[in-house]
Amino acid sequence: MTIASNGHGRTLVVLVRDNPGVLTRVAGLFRRRNFNIESLVVGHSETPGVSRMTVVVAGGAAEVDQVVKQLLKLVEVLEVRDVSDGSPLLREMVLIRVGADASQRTEVTELAKLFSARIIDVSHGSITLEMTGAETKVDNLVRLLSKFGIREMVRSGRIAMARDMSDYPVETVEALSA
Amino acid sequence: MRADTQERGSDAMTLTVDRPETVEQEPGPEQPKRLSGSRIMCEALVAEGVEIMWGYPGGAIMPFYDALPEYSIHHVLVRHEQAGAHAADGYARATGKVGVCIGTSGPGATNLVTGLATAYMDSVPMVAITGQVARSFIGRDSFQETDIVGITLPITKHNFLVNSAAELGDIMHEAFHLARSGRPGPVLVDVPKDVQIEEALYTPAVRPHAVPEGAGGEYARAADLIARAQKPLIIAGHGVIIANGYDELRSFAEKSGIPVITTLLGLSCFPESHPLSLGWPGMHGPAHVNRAIDEADVIVAVGMRFDDRVTGKLETWAPNARFIHIDIDPAEINKNVPAEVGIIADARDALRALVDAVAPADHTEWLHSIKRNARPEGPPKDTTFITPSTVVDAIKSATNGEARLVTDVGQHQMWAARFYGYNKPNSHITSGGLGTMGYALPAAMGVKAGCPDEPVWVVAGDGGIQMNIQELATIAQEGLNIKVAIINNGYLGMVRQWQQFFHNRNYSETRISSPDYALLTAAYGLQGRRVTEKEDVQRQVEWAMSTPGAVVLEFCISQEANVYPMIPSGGSVATMIEEPEVVE
Repeated sequence: MTIASNGHGRTLVVLVRDNPGVLTRVAGLFRRRNFNIESLVVGHSETPGVSRMTVVVAGGAAEVDQVVKQLLKLVEVLEVRDVSDGSPLLREMVLIRVGADASQRTEVTELAKLFSARIIDVSHGSITLEMTGAETKVDNLVRLLSKFGIREMVRSGRIAMARDMSDYPVETVEALSA
Repeated sequence: MRADTQERGSDAMTLTVDRPETVEQEPGPEQPKRLSGSRIMCEALVAEGVEIMWGYPGGAIMPFYDALPEYSIHHVLVRHEQAGAHAADGYARATGKVGVCIGTSGPGATNLVTGLATAYMDSVPMVAITGQVARSFIGRDSFQETDIVGITLPITKHNFLVNSAAELGDIMHEAFHLARSGRPGPVLVDVPKDVQIEEALYTPAVRPHAVPEGAGGEYARAADLIARAQKPLIIAGHGVIIANGYDELRSFAEKSGIPVITTLLGLSCFPESHPLSLGWPGMHGPAHVNRAIDEADVIVAVGMRFDDRVTGKLETWAPNARFIHIDIDPAEINKNVPAEVGIIADARDALRALVDAVAPADHTEWLHSIKRNARPEGPPKDTTFITPSTVVDAIKSATNGEARLVTDVGQHQMWAARFYGYNKPNSHITSGGLGTMGYALPAAMGVKAGCPDEPVWVVAGDGGIQMNIQELATIAQEGLNIKVAIINNGYLGMVRQWQQFFHNRNYSETRISSPDYALLTAAYGLQGRRVTEKEDVQRQVEWAMSTPGAVVLEFCISQEANVYPMIPSGGSVATMIEEPEVVE
């Protein structure tokens, strides 16, 4: 179904009118229909007045089909795209604070370097890192940092964009979206 | 996201309305008029062709009521807002037009909730208008403030909180457009009191009825599947009635030779006197209909949604069938039952296309094999009691089958559905999806308003009738000619039946007393009688028909009459409870 880099679940891009209450409508729909949602991220899109949601649905094909169709029934939902196929660009951001005194600082900064994470805050007892990448990479960073003691963490949830395949050979596009 | 909009003040809260690129202007475009919000509401209602609405005034909707008398809209003062919503619903079901109801903020608005949920479940086009506290009071727990937009999110097709008089006109027209387009449904417009007073420019912008395009290529695949079927069935639902697809369904059934099953809400979309008619499926459908579904190899489902009362346990339902599913709502395709061919279209358009696509065929043998299994319907036993079928038979014969039957919810609803034999299009009106007790009496007010020249009969139980019996006052005030049959068994009969079957006859809280209905009816200035003898039923029904104005007849039936057969909730044909041969 999907390529490994896609992560688990299906990824939907949902464009909605930036009206008051639109998030309530979408969230309410998921709750009322008992849909299994892994994550939901909302932000501005390139079009003024249009917000962009990235929704990760955990269920099978039938559930994803229902999520898409029910979303499209909401008047303020303009477009729903399942971008799971065709090697989409999937990213997550994490801010993570670990306990680290002077003796552990080098080890943490080494890890940060390996993961291209940035150190954005340091105190005598802690280091705070910022990293953006595929979810599996975030998972790995979290796993490796856990031995230092994770004091606080925030993960953004998945954001997604389909690849621009306009200059790809036709066979590649077909193979990727098969 | 603009989560902060509320804090930025009302000028930032622009509600974008989904308008087509070019707004269709009538020839000789009308000049925008400067009007108060309440007059904009009235002008929009008139422009949408609204002639009647049901409502109840109150503080936050008073500016609207101040303007209303200037317009040619008949307002019916109901005795409870819930009844207003049901009346608008009944009117919409009977006419296909958008029903309109109105209430004030707070309790006025929350009283509409059951009516909105009823309409939403059964895809009924409605616009509900509510007053709201003035904009500066919103969010401060003001007197009679409630977040009705939040409350009705999951039971409306869409809803609006209007933020300025400038957007009010467009929102009103958008509400009507949404209510009637595609799969119809209720839309709520919440208008703060000061928006009703504020002035703005208004231009009528009635949007043309959107007719969805059918998916062309699927018809050939459907026809192919139908051509290869040995034991095909049509299951027709409410969508056929909404789409006015009676003739098309008949043509399709007759050309393809396929027997027709109608769901509860599909009743009266196909004449039950037709040789191809089988009746209705599901929990209380006749056994042979459910057995036919069990055997069918192809099922053409039109304008129905595979409700659990139809299917029972999905895994064991129609195990041999491949499905052609026609619905106007894409989300219904593959929701409960996987469709081999899914056609997203208006039922009438789709049936018309299918008539052209299929080859003439004959399935007489299959039809006969189904009907051979049928047990005789009707009053089976020698009993001194009035039977429910006697009552509906009497209504049918006294009205020559011309009546619109509005039923409530429970045993009488099932009996009226089973025994009446609907031949007249759209003559059966009931709350199917939500199963709202108390629906029938107020809904009948709307049905009567929509069909003033046709007999309208309410069939209700002694439980449901007491839920909205206050509407007898509205019926009296409006002088409505509605006939009411109360099927009284002294119990909340359907629940009692479940208690008998599944809870060891533990009749917990289902014994219910009734007032003296004849006396009560007289107190409202109407006529009523109690009927206790079987021989008297026909005569009293005819008396009701010959008596001008509203009449209430109470029919006392056996306390432990049951609806047979019954497939227990979540069961299958194998678990069906059939009528015992000997009544205890």
